[in-house]
Amino acid sequence: MTYAKRFDGRGMDELRPMSAKVGIIPRADGSAMFKIGKTVALCAVYGPRDLHPKFMQNPETGILRVNYNMMPFSGHGERVRPGGGRRSKEISMVIENALLPVLDLKEYPNSVVDVFVELPQTDAGTRCAGITAAAMALADAGLEMKDLVCAVAAGRCEDKIIVDLNYLEDSHEDGADVPVAVLPNSGKVTLLQMDGEVTREQIKEIIAKAKEACKKIYEVQKAALKAKFVR
Amino acid sequence: MVKDKEIVVPGETIATGISFLPGKGAYRDNDKIVAQRLGIVSIDGKVIKLIPLAGKYIPKLKDRVVGMVIDVLMTGWRLEFNSPYSAVMTLKDATSEFIPRGVDLTQYYALGDYVVCQIVNVTSQKLIDVSMKGPGLRKLRGGRIIEVNSQKVPRIIGKDGSMVSMVKQATNCDVIVGQNGWIWIDGEPENEVVAVKAIKKIEEDAHLSGLTDKMAVWLEKETGVKVNPAAAPPAEEQATEEHPHHFGGSQ
Repeated sequence: MTYAKRFDGRGMDELRPMSAKVGIIPRADGSAMFKIGKTVALCAVYGPRDLHPKFMQNPETGILRVNYNMMPFSGHGERVRPGGGRRSKEISMVIENALLPVLDLKEYPNSVVDVFVELPQTDAGTRCAGITAAAMALADAGLEMKDLVCAVAAGRCEDKIIVDLNYLEDSHEDGADVPVAVLPNSGKVTLLQMDGEVTREQIKEIIAKAKEACKKIYEVQKAALKAKFVR
Repeated sequence: MVKDKEIVVPGETIATGISFLPGKGAYRDNDKIVAQRLGIVSIDGKVIKLIPLAGKYIPKLKDRVVGMVIDVLMTGWRLEFNSPYSAVMTLKDATSEFIPRGVDLTQYYALGDYVVCQIVNVTSQKLIDVSMKGPGLRKLRGGRIIEVNSQKVPRIIGKDGSMVSMVKQATNCDVIVGQNGWIWIDGEPENEVVAVKAIKKIEEDAHLSGLTDKMAVWLEKETGVKVNPAAAPPAEEQATEEHPHHFGGSQ
C-alpha cells in the first residue's frame, strides 16, 4: 500500500483552512484565536505584571510563563485528564522557548508575562496552533517583539512529505511528525521537534516545506492583527 | 515602503534604505527599518516611529497618575496604578500637614482611597516614588474610576486637553485623566454615565482621524449641549498637559 492521496483529500503541501481573530478576550491584555482545520487554539496574555511567588522573580529581566492546556472534551472521544501532566508541562516549555527569542523583557525586571494557551478542540498540531495564536496575542498585548512567530507541523507519511498533519496522519504507523516554528521575516527556526524516523534528505525537505507553509500562516496572522483596527 | 499612518505588526518592514532613522517602536536590521510592536507608522522627516496601539502602562518620571492605596507602611503608603509595579508615597511627599510620630496613617489615606499623584522617581529596577506635592494633586472623593488602555490616554486628553474639556463641558462632570489609564469622573450620576460612554468611545476609535469633530457631534446628540471643539477652554486640572504631543495631536 502506498500513500498516494491524503486522507482528507488535500494536496501534499496544502494547509488545512485557517482563520484567526485577535482580541477575543476583553479582560486579557492581549488575546487571539487561531483555527487550523479542526484544531482550535485560544490564547490569552496577561502582563507584564507582578510576579509571585517571589523566588521566581528575576531582577535582571521579566520572565515569560506559558501554560498549555488541552480541554477535557477536546480530543477524539477519549476524555483528556484535566490539569497539568508530563506532556502539557513539556509543551508549555517548548512554546515558551519558541516565543522567547522574539521578546525583550529586560525593560520589566521582576515581572512576568503570562501566556495561557487553551485548546477547546484538537486534531493534531496543537503546539503549533498554540504558538501561532500566542504570537498574535503577545503582539495584541503591545509587547515589543522583533518578529512574529508562525508554526506548523510537517512530516512524512509513508514515502510522502506532507504539511500540516491531521490526527490520522500524525498517528499513522509509518510516518514522522516534525513541528517547526519559524520567525517569518528572518527565517530563523525557534522550535524543531521530531517524532518518528526520517532520512537526512527527508528532514531537509520537511523543514523547507514547513518554512514555505509558515509564510501562508504569517499572512493570516498579519491580516487578523490589522483587522482588529479596521472599521 | 509602508505609508504614513498605516498599521504595522511586529517584524514588518516599514522602509528600506539608509535614508531613514528608526524612532521609538522601530529598529534597524541591516538596511531595513522594522516595526517592533503593533502600532501606527508615523513618519516625521527622516525618523520613523510607531504610535503603539496596545500595551501596559510603564511608569515614567513626572507622569501624573491616578493611584489607589493598597497598603499602609511604616513611613508611608503603597499605591497601585494599573502597572506591573507599585509605588511608594512617603510621609514627606504625602501632605504638607504635620504628622505626629506614631499616629495612625489611615486617617490621612486609608486602604482603597484614590489619589491623583505625580511620579517623582523611577529606578532601573522600577522602584517608584510618588508625591502629592504639586498643583492639582489631591485625594479623590466621590465620583467613579474607570479604566482605559493607557496608550489611548493622549487621545482622550487631546491636543492641549481639547478632547477632555469637550467631555467636561458637555456632561458637566469633573474629569481627571491619569497617564496610567485610570480616569476619575465626578458629576450627576446620569451625566457620569454619558461621560463614561464618551470616553469608552474615544478609546475604541483612538486610531481614527478626525475624532475630535466626530466626538463633538456625538456629544451634542447625547447631551443636547452644543460644544465647539476649537473653542474649548484649555484644561486646568488635567493630569497631563505636559504630554499632548504623544498622539501626533492634530486631527
